[in-house]
Amino acid sequence: MQVTIRFFASHREATGRESSVVELPEGATAADAFARACTDHPALARAAGAVAFAVNLEHVSPKTPLHDGDEVAFLPPVAGG
Amino acid sequence: MTRPFVLSSEPLDEVAVSQVVDQPGCGAIVTFVGRVRNESHGDIVDRLEYEAYPEMVEAKFEEIAREARGKFEILDVAIHHRIGMLAIGDVSVVIAVSAAHRGAAFEACRYAIDRLKRIAPIWKKEFTPDGAVWVEDRP
Repeated sequence: MQVTIRFFASHREATGRESSVVELPEGATAADAFARACTDHPALARAAGAVAFAVNLEHVSPKTPLHDGDEVAFLPPVAGG
Repeated sequence: MTRPFVLSSEPLDEVAVSQVVDQPGCGAIVTFVGRVRNESHGDIVDRLEYEAYPEMVEAKFEEIAREARGKFEILDVAIHHRIGMLAIGDVSVVIAVSAAHRGAAFEACRYAIDRLKRIAPIWKKEFTPDGAVWVEDRP
């Protein structure tokens, strides 16, 4: 299956991109997508501390299974306001 | 007509945000205005850059407003947040809450800004004389 990954803030700077489309095996989870992104972008693994996950704009647990066409976002600790 | 939940790269207008929640039954409007400060945990700050997940953030603002309406006797909530490069003194966030009475409006406004800092997918980079750093986990 194919999913779109979104990168923000420190993750965007570490990967040098705002998004990427990756092919993942069936049954892959949000955490698997993150592991894959860390393999593709070693700087992300070095930069990432705590990470939260969103799939299709909803906060989810790392164990959430992904589906073809999903958008998964890795969210660094937020700091709005 | 100004929308209630907005992420904007343009300067925020706190009067316009408070007008969004104005209605005949409201006896109080509490407006919180967050501004860029020249100091953070002892470090000098020259400017700030805000980044957001735009497609998600306005839905989170709606969620915060829904929570606030469930917890407090209020009438309406509006939340506007700025993104991009901001200078000292620029307004980064405006939250307006209307209610029949002031107590609920104060409490709900406080609740909304605290929730925003916890759950809205917004990030902040501080530019200091020593360099720039993404702020993590400093609610």
